Amino acid sequence: MNNVSQLLVGHPVERMEDARFLSGSGLFVDDLERDGMLHAAILRSSIAHADIVSIDTSAALRMPGVHAVITAADIGGEIPVIPLRLAPLPEFEPFRQPVIAADKVRYVGEPIAVVVADSRAIAEDALEAIDVQFEALSAVTGRGATEDALFACADDNVSLRYSAGFGDADAAFANADYVRTERFSVQRHTALPMETRGLLAEWDSSSARLIVTGATKVTFYNRRALAKMLDLGQDDIDLIEIDVGGGFGVRGEFYPEDFLIPFAARKLARPVKWIEDRREHLMAINHSRDVACELSIACRSDGTMLGLRGAVFSDMGAYIRTNGGVVPAKAAQFLPGPYRIPNVSVSVETFMTSKTPVGTYRGPGRFEANFFRERLIDMVALDLGIDVAEIRRKNLITEAELPYPIDGLVPYEGPTSYDTGNYVEVFERALLEIGWRDKCHLQGRLIDGVRHGIGLGCFVESGGAGPKENAALTLERDGSLTIAVGSSVLGQGLETVLGQIAADTLSIPFDRIRVLHGSTTLLDEGFGTYHSRAVVMGGSAVLDAAKKLREKILEQAANHLGRPNSELTIADQHVVAANGASVSLAALATEQVLSADGTFANTTRTYSYGTHAAHVTVDPRTGRVEILDYVAVEDVGRAINPAIVHGQAIGAIVQGLGGVFFDHLVYDEEAQLLNASLADYLVPTASDFPRLRAVTLELRPSLTNPLGAKGAGEGGIVAVAAATANAVAAALTPLGVEIHHLPLTPPRLWRLIKDARDRTPTAA
Amino acid sequence: MTRTVAVHLTVNGAAATISVEPRTTLTDALRNELRLTGTHLGCEHGVCGACTVIVDGAAVRSCLMLAVQAEGRDVRTVESLGDAAHLGPLQLAFRKHHALQCGFCTPGILTTAHALLSEEPDADEDRIRDVISGNLCRCTGYIPIVAAIMEARSAYLGVQAEAAQ
Ligand code: FES
Ligand code: FES
Repeated sequence: MNNVSQLLVGHPVERMEDARFLSGSGLFVDDLERDGMLHAAILRSSIAHADIVSIDTSAALRMPGVHAVITAADIGGEIPVIPLRLAPLPEFEPFRQPVIAADKVRYVGEPIAVVVADSRAIAEDALEAIDVQFEALSAVTGRGATEDALFACADDNVSLRYSAGFGDADAAFANADYVRTERFSVQRHTALPMETRGLLAEWDSSSARLIVTGATKVTFYNRRALAKMLDLGQDDIDLIEIDVGGGFGVRGEFYPEDFLIPFAARKLARPVKWIEDRREHLMAINHSRDVACELSIACRSDGTMLGLRGAVFSDMGAYIRTNGGVVPAKAAQFLPGPYRIPNVSVSVETFMTSKTPVGTYRGPGRFEANFFRERLIDMVALDLGIDVAEIRRKNLITEAELPYPIDGLVPYEGPTSYDTGNYVEVFERALLEIGWRDKCHLQGRLIDGVRHGIGLGCFVESGGAGPKENAALTLERDGSLTIAVGSSVLGQGLETVLGQIAADTLSIPFDRIRVLHGSTTLLDEGFGTYHSRAVVMGGSAVLDAAKKLREKILEQAANHLGRPNSELTIADQHVVAANGASVSLAALATEQVLSADGTFANTTRTYSYGTHAAHVTVDPRTGRVEILDYVAVEDVGRAINPAIVHGQAIGAIVQGLGGVFFDHLVYDEEAQLLNASLADYLVPTASDFPRLRAVTLELRPSLTNPLGAKGAGEGGIVAVAAATANAVAAALTPLGVEIHHLPLTPPRLWRLIKDARDRTPTAA
Repeated sequence: MTRTVAVHLTVNGAAATISVEPRTTLTDALRNELRLTGTHLGCEHGVCGACTVIVDGAAVRSCLMLAVQAEGRDVRTVESLGDAAHLGPLQLAFRKHHALQCGFCTPGILTTAHALLSEEPDADEDRIRDVISGNLCRCTGYIPIVAAIMEARSAYLGVQAEAAQ
């Protein structure tokens, strides 16, 4: 009847959220209806860079069913700008995005007006009746100065430059036996959650309060930002999180609509719903990646790495949004990866273009950095005649060298060190899993018309950063438990994981636990879900609260049963004394409010790590790649629910493979986005990558948190481009093909093969 | 003045009459008129499969079908496959195999799989992959979805055997 005696943490418990999703009774933002609800649609710029000469909304306003057309002129006063949430560098301030375009547009998709109408169809019809006159300026599509600069303060379109490092890279390069420099790039793409964004804003004029549903990720931060823009007190606003159809980093940041829709609701004193359509999603939500790197390495002739120099160039799009320069900063910081490289210097240049702004997408900067470095390592191995496994083995940081400081690679961040781990053991495990010893003779071989290649990619990955997370636990009068946590749930199964932690500590059956998350109504303060921190931070806060609540329950029961706490246990929804006397949890909770607050503060990052290995074939006649086997091995410290961790890893690998082969936001020379539909923006489908495996290890728990957990949501993606591109390159090495740029589409590979053949007509 | 049309159809076994504008899609009619919000919209242009429902036994993208085209038809949505307290065999297999994360794509995949297994309960892995490749999922990587559908086949084989008797 109850299985509380068996601990849940560490087991693949079925998820508590599944039944509602499987039966169609999940509650996503577009499922909400309110009396008197109006619908919003947004007019977005159709040209990339222009001065706005005039906006005529009169025809739209005359249409039956249209309640308002809001433009910058209606906002009044200064147009609010989207704040920098992460690493708010003063250099970025001039490049922040106004919530609505007033006199200039800088990318296709920038909001110009909001129509609010009786139905979405009417609102969309009315968009077409708005007349905007533009004076076109030249579009900015790449790095460097242009005829019309995007911002008056930067005639070269550069928003930030810095360099950083440790050791003495110049000396290392001057004295090395061997040096190689290459240029790499990862294309612009985005996360593409299946649910587009959406908001429902409700203004109660009598109490002057605002409720916004559909918020997620960092609701408490976003509430502060919105309160400031609307000139309301924080307590006058509630941001409510309901079911969320995937986030992957892009959803839940503060976007223009997070101001515009609440503003419209207050102005009209009516509930206003806005649901993004897929086309606007592709031009409005944060894009990501789009990083190029010039990377140089200095080695001894035996392959010992001595120095690394990396210059990172990042196309930030038209504005710097909430994530600031996280993408290029992390691309630079993770260039050395899990290797012992004593002398490292990096530089970062962020430049502005007339494209959608860039933010974080799962594994921001890491996906790119690992691809750059691991590709270069394979080139080095080939030059020096060393096996690609051997060169990695030789240079991986050993357990004895941990903690290993990597200070100074991000100038505005404090010191940090790789914490616990056994990088070599995990690497060897990946070789074993892929069958390296038996298969490495296949490298580059042509069998039945296709060439085989096996590639490796090692990574180290940060997660679980502070500052803090809060949780509140309440024992309800029916003996069930309610958990409220500041972490956000974006479809990862966090409710289950937090429930498992509380169930074990309180010996309360899992099906008697309810998890409330994310909403600003639950707690005074919360920090949200980003940087793989939900389990590390939120889980630890729940653990803290659960321990405190357990003490309270026992204390209360001790009074009841006349026995000391030490003789009491919780079992079968009762507190039981050693002498057999018992009292039910429900009875205790009815007598007195039993609740506890928990918190967990930690500013020390924890680093997960691992190795991916891929076995591919490439058809040189078509450039088509097939993945024959793929394995990702990662040490996550501790997996609270191995099935959830495994599912995240497999899902992340497939997303990563999308980034290698498909996902690509293509712009033309006018900075028009050419593929803003799912028919044109390709992502993996069920038949693309059927053979993948993830091995999750719990070798070395993290010391930064009582659960021992490290971030587990991103390790599956960060080395995918590295391992896969190395495998493709290995397959094509006999043809003289080198891989520097993603995506690896069949036409692009075909072209590389053809060019190599044209250079050396004898290669087969 | 917007003109509306009355449409008579069967939804999840019950007769329904709705009054919609001619341009209303079947998805919008199901979601807004009948409040069956299990059917989701991921693209509104026929690519993602999140809106899949079963019309006269066949899986159909309800974002590409007008509500008026459903006149006289039998429409089944995810809500007909089992409620949260009584999950059907496909739903149970999905839960067991962790074949969903955010759950947004799930209703469309369940209806697609239900239509497939009702017709072809012995579909092999390749066939299942092929059919499911018309539905996008960004969370799971599809592998557990295919495993879950494979497992659910036995329940459908049973149903077909029963029907044959
Ligand atoms: S919403 Fe119908 S196929 Fe995407
Ligand atoms: S479970 Fe999230 S899109 Fe499929």
